[in-house]
Amino acid sequence: MSVPLAIELRDLRKSFGKTEIIRGANLKVPHGQRFAIIGPNGAGKSTLFNLISGAFAPTSGEILLNGHNLAGLRPFEINRRGLSRSFQITNIFHRLSVFENLRCAVLYSLGYRYSFWQSLEKLADARERAENVLELIGLKRRSETPAGLLTYAEQRALEIGITVAGGAEVILLDEPTAGMSRSESDHAVELIRTVTEGKTLLMVEHDMSVVFGLADQIAVVVYGEVIACDTPERVRANAKVQEAYLGTPAEALDE
Amino acid sequence: MLSSGLTLIFSMMGVLNFAHASFYMLGAYFAYQISLWVGFWPGLIIAPLLAGLIGALFERSVLRRVHRFGHVPELLVTFGLAFILAEVVRLIWGRAPVDYRVPPSLDGPLFTIFTTNFPIYRGFMMLVAVLMLLAVFLALTRTRIGMVIQAALTHPEMVEALGHNVPRVFMLVFGGGSALAGLAGVIGGNAFSTRPEMAEAVGNIVFVVVVVGGMGSLGGAFLASLLIGLLQTFAVSLDWSFAGALASIGLPVTSATFGYPVLRLTLSQVAPILPYLLLVLILIFRPKGLMGTRED
Amino acid sequence: MAKTITFKPLDIGFWLAWLGYIVFLGVAPLIFSSNLGLTVLSQIGTVIIAALSYNMLLGQTGMLSFGHAVYGGLGGFIAIHAMNLVAGGSLVCPTSLIPLVGGLGGAFFGVIFGWVTTKKSGTTFAMITLGIGELVASAALTFPEFFGGEAGITTNRVIGHAVLGISYGPQRQVYYLISAWLVICTIAMYAFTRTPLGRIANAVRDNPERCAFVGYNTQKVRFLVVVLAAFFAGISGGLGAINFEIVSSENVGALRSGSLLLFTFLGGVGSFVGPILGAVVYVFSLELLSKVTQAWPLYIGLLFLLIVMYAPGGLWSVVQMNMRIIKFQLFRQMLRPYAVILCAALPLFLGITTLIELAYARQLDVGGDAVVRIWGLPMDVTSLMPWLAAFVVAVIGAALFRRAARGFSLAWGRVHEIIAERTAGRGVSA
Repeated sequence: MSVPLAIELRDLRKSFGKTEIIRGANLKVPHGQRFAIIGPNGAGKSTLFNLISGAFAPTSGEILLNGHNLAGLRPFEINRRGLSRSFQITNIFHRLSVFENLRCAVLYSLGYRYSFWQSLEKLADARERAENVLELIGLKRRSETPAGLLTYAEQRALEIGITVAGGAEVILLDEPTAGMSRSESDHAVELIRTVTEGKTLLMVEHDMSVVFGLADQIAVVVYGEVIACDTPERVRANAKVQEAYLGTPAEALDE
Repeated sequence: MLSSGLTLIFSMMGVLNFAHASFYMLGAYFAYQISLWVGFWPGLIIAPLLAGLIGALFERSVLRRVHRFGHVPELLVTFGLAFILAEVVRLIWGRAPVDYRVPPSLDGPLFTIFTTNFPIYRGFMMLVAVLMLLAVFLALTRTRIGMVIQAALTHPEMVEALGHNVPRVFMLVFGGGSALAGLAGVIGGNAFSTRPEMAEAVGNIVFVVVVVGGMGSLGGAFLASLLIGLLQTFAVSLDWSFAGALASIGLPVTSATFGYPVLRLTLSQVAPILPYLLLVLILIFRPKGLMGTRED
Repeated sequence: MAKTITFKPLDIGFWLAWLGYIVFLGVAPLIFSSNLGLTVLSQIGTVIIAALSYNMLLGQTGMLSFGHAVYGGLGGFIAIHAMNLVAGGSLVCPTSLIPLVGGLGGAFFGVIFGWVTTKKSGTTFAMITLGIGELVASAALTFPEFFGGEAGITTNRVIGHAVLGISYGPQRQVYYLISAWLVICTIAMYAFTRTPLGRIANAVRDNPERCAFVGYNTQKVRFLVVVLAAFFAGISGGLGAINFEIVSSENVGALRSGSLLLFTFLGGVGSFVGPILGAVVYVFSLELLSKVTQAWPLYIGLLFLLIVMYAPGGLWSVVQMNMRIIKFQLFRQMLRPYAVILCAALPLFLGITTLIELAYARQLDVGGDAVVRIWGLPMDVTSLMPWLAAFVVAVIGAALFRRAARGFSLAWGRVHEIIAERTAGRGVSA
């Protein structure tokens, strides 16, 4: 029996009203690999993420997580099955401290659920897990700061921290380095590399150096379809991809 | 008519306006005062204008400030305004109802169906309501300002980038909605009673109508107000009850039967609750309302 | 990986505050021993519990409810029926535990209505609570057996045997009962803020979308908070039933819900102390301010509006902000601006309140004297003079206030800049 893929998209379609945004997308993401999704603006990358994470329901087609169909599941149910995502526009708990943000991220997975009879402070494993992630994302000295007061790059780092803290195996990162400077991006890439060690990563990105630095495979999405899915070198040389980005067939891409 | 103003404001700004019914009340009181000094017909024009002015002022000074704090403060602020307006009205005109009358020229039956007189004034009210709905609809869909309003509804920053004064548009819409509410007050105040509590009494039903009809949909509000009106009229005049129904099939229900208090309720007694029941049901099963376009 | 050792010194201030709170509750009746004093204290006690329970919804979980009185009121009705059952001999329950009965009643309705209302969130939730509130208030007249119709249900709180000489007849004994429950409830609700559910409720408030992505069903979280808040509201209702010996449809009405919302927000919903402050202001306005002026709802409404606009954290947040400045030893910079703005505010305040009082006096004076005393000065409401004078004073005050406000915000901004600079280096919020 073969090991199921981490994520599989089968002929996925999504229309908003009369406009079809995703037109039959197919994708196979095996466990333990880092995938980057690239494509021109408006191609539907964020929509794909929203479909996979349960924010939207597909019009038709299937989304499989570890072989299970995600149809009709709500976001928190999908999260409990081992998929966690970050957001393009920073989505943190702005009135809670950095540490509390991370602690919230681990509570459910540690089994504390809806308990109102236990004191938070006494939960040693939650504290320890949160502190580990805090260390990892490099925000230890900001641990008591309200998250809303962090700098942009710090918030992005926290965003990634919250995404991975719960221990999900499949991580979706939506433009993690958006708006960052070169050095901040490099820093973020290192962080992503560390936290996704041994996990499955699906990442939407525009910054090509990030993509080529991190990704094992690249999926190119154009007009709601995956037109290519291959290793970085082969995708670079793919004529269809060049056409999509440049508009006309090119003889070769400059190195 | 009140509902379409509210729908307009809500769809415009996403602000559920607690004070809307208060502008209805203001319109009625202004019209009353003006009718004491000059007469009904000038009041028809002036009172809504005054109400609209106050609405626009409120938007400019208060609402705009709290807009960036989020939805909750917006709601709270209109809630506060409603409260204050009711107190101010009590302050100026007293706690008892005031004698705001239908003008003699519009008093009397228009025509008679069977034995019931259909008053001229009702006809007048319907006429104004229809004209107003038409005017609003045309203004929104046919004029340039209407297009700007519709665009600013969903993409205020973009519209502002295109050069339109979006805050001024918001103020206009809020003022416009308040003026419409005021107009409703001018018309309704003398048909129904004019008193400080009228805002509450009307406001609740209006909310139900707007939410049931669907926020953002004028047609839905119209439909919903018909539905609720029918529901209430029928319910009040019918004396059915579960007890009666059971008795008619041979199962007598006495005061000793379990659940008697509920069973013996007649539809007419339950009538006041019906609109709220409908509201709750709609919000659970069809939160967009009957014809709504926005869920919020 | 080595476990980090965190050194948390005992927070003296925290424990002192709690101790002070309990001690104050204990000695208050000795200080305010008049009948009015005891009544006011008792009322404050019950309202604090209600306000704190409301804060669980709004401040902690971000749920704006326009119908919270429903739970308190229904809890009160159940409690009062229980008391009557005890008096009639068909139920055994010591009076001291009646509030618990009220709490369970509140929680029961919390489950029913909570399930319905938490299906939606945000503004829609707020509207549903309004609908439910109206529903229950209308139903109050439809089920006279339970609600007692217009008059409500009455009871006698002196029932059963007096245990240890406590019969709950005298107000002082009722006050101590209320205080005891108050302490229990405050501790419980405070502890709740430090449980997993309590923290996740905050997360739901800040970002429900994100919350789903850390594994939580936000609807379930909100539902549980509603039930818990309803429980405490029910306790408040039960205490009210004992205290006033009557519960009527007013206890579930829109006015009660609206007042609870208004005063809790006025006190401050971001904090634990805010609602307590709000409750105190509520009872003071209701019992004391109302004796000074007829216009008190108007004043409160205006204050509420100002708070929403300029200090959405409530009165307590204003106190906190100033305490913070004091902590940074920068308050000296604010002394002059404060003095200036208060001086400017004085004529504005006097002018406006005089106008309002004149208007009320004119409204209510039918047949009485035309002369009333406002601010100690006799004024003839029928003559133009007082009106004109008040108007002029108000206008001058407004102009002065605008000038002063500008200077004030400059100073305020400057002080906060300094604070920001000082805290940036530490990487910790002060």
